Amino acid sequence: MRELEYEAIVIGAGAAGMAAALRIAEGGFRVALVDREDHLGGILMQCIHNGFGLHWFKQELTGPEFAERLAEKVVAAGIDIFLNTTVMDFSVSNGVKTLIACNSEQGVIQFNARAVVLAMGCRERNRGNIGIPGTRPAGIFTAGLAQRLINVDGYVPGKRVVIIGSGDIGLIMARRLSWVGAKVLAVVEILPHPSGITRNIVQCLHDFNIPLYLSHIVSRIEGKDRVEAVTITPLEGGTPEHSKSFRIECDTVLLSVGLIPENELSKKAGVTIGHDTGGPKVDAHLMTSAEGVFACGNVLHVHDLVDFVADESTRCGGYVVDYLRDQIGEEKQGAVTAGANVRYVVPHRYVPGRDTHFSLRSIIVKDRGTLLIKRQGAVIKKKTVQHVKPAEMIYFKMRGSDLPATEGDPAPLEIALE
Amino acid sequence: MTAATEQEIICLGCPNGCHLHCTSKKGHAVDVTGNKCDRGVDYGREELLDPKRVVTAVVKTTSSELPYVPVRTTAPLVKPLIPELLHELYQQHVTPPIRSGNPLIENFRNTGVNVIFTRSIAE
Amino acid sequence: MKKDVFDVAIIGAGAVGASILRRLSAYDLKLALLEKCTDVCFGVSKANSGIIHAGFHHPVTSLKARLEIRGNLMFDQLQHELGFPFKRVGIIVAAFSYEEMKTVEQLYEQGVANGVPLIEVCGRERLLMLEPKLNPDTVGGLYAPTGGIIEPYRYVFALVESAKQNGAEVKTDFEVVSAKHNDNVYTITSSRKEKIQARHVINSAGLFADEVSAIFGGEVFTITPRKGEEYLLERNAAGFPNHVIFPVPSRVSKGILVIPTVEGTMMVGPTAIEVNDKDDSETSSDNLDKVFAQAMYMIPVISKREIITSFAGSRATMPGNDFYIGISKSAPHFIQVAGIQSPGLTASPAIGEYVKDLLKQDGLRLTEKTDYEPFIPHETCVRELSPAALDEKVKEDPLYGHMVCRCESVSEAEIVEAIRKGHTTLDGIKFYTRAGMGRCQGGFCSYRVMKIIARETGRPIEEITKRGGGSRLLLGKIPVESGARPSPKPKKKSVKYA
Ligand SMILES: Cc1cc2nc3c(=O)[nH]c(=O)nc-3n(C[C@H](O)[C@H](O)[C@H](O)COP(=O)(O)OP(=O)(O)OC[C@H]3O[C@@H](n4cnc5c(N)ncnc54)[C@H](O)[C@@H]3O)c2cc1C
Ligand SMILES: Cc1cc2nc3c(=O)[nH]c(=O)nc-3n(C[C@H](O)[C@H](O)[C@H](O)COP(=O)(O)OP(=O)(O)OC[C@H]3O[C@@H](n4cnc5c(N)ncnc54)[C@H](O)[C@@H]3O)c2cc1C
Ligand code: SF4
Repeated sequence: MRELEYEAIVIGAGAAGMAAALRIAEGGFRVALVDREDHLGGILMQCIHNGFGLHWFKQELTGPEFAERLAEKVVAAGIDIFLNTTVMDFSVSNGVKTLIACNSEQGVIQFNARAVVLAMGCRERNRGNIGIPGTRPAGIFTAGLAQRLINVDGYVPGKRVVIIGSGDIGLIMARRLSWVGAKVLAVVEILPHPSGITRNIVQCLHDFNIPLYLSHIVSRIEGKDRVEAVTITPLEGGTPEHSKSFRIECDTVLLSVGLIPENELSKKAGVTIGHDTGGPKVDAHLMTSAEGVFACGNVLHVHDLVDFVADESTRCGGYVVDYLRDQIGEEKQGAVTAGANVRYVVPHRYVPGRDTHFSLRSIIVKDRGTLLIKRQGAVIKKKTVQHVKPAEMIYFKMRGSDLPATEGDPAPLEIALE
Repeated sequence: MTAATEQEIICLGCPNGCHLHCTSKKGHAVDVTGNKCDRGVDYGREELLDPKRVVTAVVKTTSSELPYVPVRTTAPLVKPLIPELLHELYQQHVTPPIRSGNPLIENFRNTGVNVIFTRSIAE
Repeated sequence: MKKDVFDVAIIGAGAVGASILRRLSAYDLKLALLEKCTDVCFGVSKANSGIIHAGFHHPVTSLKARLEIRGNLMFDQLQHELGFPFKRVGIIVAAFSYEEMKTVEQLYEQGVANGVPLIEVCGRERLLMLEPKLNPDTVGGLYAPTGGIIEPYRYVFALVESAKQNGAEVKTDFEVVSAKHNDNVYTITSSRKEKIQARHVINSAGLFADEVSAIFGGEVFTITPRKGEEYLLERNAAGFPNHVIFPVPSRVSKGILVIPTVEGTMMVGPTAIEVNDKDDSETSSDNLDKVFAQAMYMIPVISKREIITSFAGSRATMPGNDFYIGISKSAPHFIQVAGIQSPGLTASPAIGEYVKDLLKQDGLRLTEKTDYEPFIPHETCVRELSPAALDEKVKEDPLYGHMVCRCESVSEAEIVEAIRKGHTTLDGIKFYTRAGMGRCQGGFCSYRVMKIIARETGRPIEEITKRGGGSRLLLGKIPVESGARPSPKPKKKSVKYA
């Protein structure tokens, strides 16, 4: 079994892992980038649609293009890359972080490092997670799996498709399926508003006349061997109105019902997971509850734009550099909490007087919302946000000058929306 | 006596998704409000008079590792030509090496729109 | 010609048929196991609670109780020989009223009469000490430490593998549809018109035993399916109990249980509802609510949020509710093994033994094989290896270093091994290796597994199925024809005129 020493290890070579590793390498530290896939880029390689990179590369790119541009930099920076390598175990003891990873060529590798960046992305919620009743035939796919089948390998999972959930992946797949000759018969969303971004509603559903059933659920899946039909039921006052159910014959059901940060490894290392995000709780330096273990990208909280992933992850890499240089001071941090109408805010802590980027998700839909940053009962800052909706992450920067120190320990900050 | 058409459309110029309020007269000369930037004006006009879309797809390759390679149009293509373009793309069979950014089809049907590869495949 | 005649043909490759097959494989006999599904253990034996019951639920006068107790005691030796996951975690029956405590005492007495070892009645304190997650409102209960849990499909696969190793033949995709008896030999025909001949036939067709009996001119009886829905919760679930927890049973069923699995996931269920369709495996949201309400009454920290999947199986019930095992009086050399509802899994090894004796009684000569090998090679499970041991394995076969299923850490080598053992559907591989059984339910690995099946079997990937028959997974290559082209017209937006 070989043992390798690095100053930092990044787990996951998607947009997040690459951006973080790059920044760490630029800081002059020896960093390894480990991914179980056979390519750099993570999920981006199957996202062949456009809509990536407008903020980061100031140009509209597809997923693979965005990934390749980052990957070229990663390779040029001389970062040690371990592909086809699955990290199986992660533990922290006395400040030393140990990863057990495995690949077919080198066997088991034990990585030891001073700092670890968690960048494992997320996984899709599945049927069991949302408990759709009925039979269990072939033909039920998560949207991401269907995306991979079509976009990487050219296989079409089904010809007459009902999509459950109006998340972006499902919407993108509605268009992709239509473009490869399949017929998308319906998109069914339990909420009264779509979960995906507007652009996708317009270009992926309206363009193909695909009906979107809001406040509806799929109440039954039928079929012995292969999916044969689904029953769709409207919700009235929050409960299913079965007398108004209708049935659609189809051969395939796609599930686009949300993503969950992939934190099995983080849990093994004892990292505290936040119930609001499903990702690790992080402080102002994107450091988790385990010292020297950082997190960024979809493993931290689910992002809808890769540009914000790259941005967050580059900052994360910067904090790792600070940490490795012993420059992360003992400054007192204050708590950050989600106030009214906010599902979560990341990071979960802040340092007074320092510029801080916050990411948050709204619970409400509003054309024009106002962010209220409150401390000690007073609103210390207001910001207007257009088109507030749960599907679109709100990302903003607070100037350090707007966050002066308070007397004693930093007072908790509350971020609310109205 | 000029009939004005008003239409609410969502700008797809960028993920901002501004809600554009478009007013057109006699089928042209579109007035746009609600945009955050100038691209919104162009978008609103075009969506009303001559809608276009960026097309992305995959094309067969002779590579055993990556049997399909992704491609996209370099600019939005007029909607009625999309089925034709897809049909043409699905007939293609390309051989690596493939370089991301290189053209597969140039000036499709004289629209000035090219199709380029979006992933590189070594030999 | 006579050389091709099987001494015994067993119909149905569930826990029962497989146990009989394996038991008989110790003798000099030509054996065939006939199964209509694409793989073994695709019937009820894969969709149950996986409990090795202790033996206090049924009265001493029943055949069930005898075979249950006997079966339970056989599992340690079986595990030693076959290496399937099995643990004696113990069973608890929790009472929540003094009325219920009376039933607990009756169960205790029944258990003692049946010969259940170490069974005890516990007071509240003792019960809560054994099972700290139990609702503190409990007033006490029963504790039977010999109760256990197994992975039922791994158990059945191992039985079949062992029998095959000792010369038995297994024919899958072989649905028995007709039979003729001539010159003391049955000619059995499958739905695909394949024929085999056998002198003795055993009907262990589970839910379909009534139909198989009719095919052979055996006794007339009716099997009524009683469906049970179960919910599987992820590893490290908050409600994971130390023991299998039962409520105090009603007259019709044992109630909703909370069950730890050997692999560290947990289950709640099953319901008990009579249905018409033997293949009915639907789950419903009403039942989900009921199951969780009852389970959470016993262990309040159980959470629906941790569900990763659900499934349903039906018990093959017969009037009288006992097992029906015996030599047929109307069909020659035909043995009925019907009505094997719960605790069929537990009783299965004892049923194998029992049926062997019946065959002897029916005139079959049993000569022990000199070269019978009770042990099967131990499968390597990457998730059970230490890093150093895994490293060694990768040196032997690099495919051990390629993780295919991320949730359950299943390597490509294990998948290949399963395929070589004849499991060539997604479900077959899932049950054999656990790939696709974890929290993501195959979202990550199912496609990778399909690719490996295609490579290893040389079949096009479009032909790979979930579980045989019409359960194909991919319906075409780009571009497909859906029959109906999507209309290219954009949807009209609301247009106002000023
Ligand atoms: C279908 C879809 C459509 C999208 N559309 C857009 C869009 O139009 N515009 C936009 O800007 N953004 C879009 N996004 C969002 C954006 O692409 C993602 O948020 C971003 O790529 C996530 O990057 P990541 O690095 O956090 O995760 P990932 O790309 O998922 O990377 C995680 C990596 O970690 C690896 N990994 C995990 N566990 C282990 C382990 N144990 N050992 C080794 N490796 C491991 C994985 O293999 C993976 O490569 C879309 C996302 C999806 C899924
Ligand atoms: C919800 C539920 C929970 C349970 N929990 C437990 C438990 O915890 N402990 C316990 O001990 N027991 C339990 N049981 C009972 C146990 O699962 C069954 O008793 C046992 O699996 C029965 O095995 P079998 O081999 O008879 O049936 P099966 O596994 O159904 O096997 C019969 C086989 O015959 C095949 N077949 C049918 N017709 C034909 C034909 N014409 N030709 C060829 N093949 C045919 C079928 O395809 C099937 O594979 C439970 C049952 C249910 C439904
Ligand atoms: S108007 Fe400008 S900012 Fe607004 S969505 Fe369109 S392109 Fe983006």
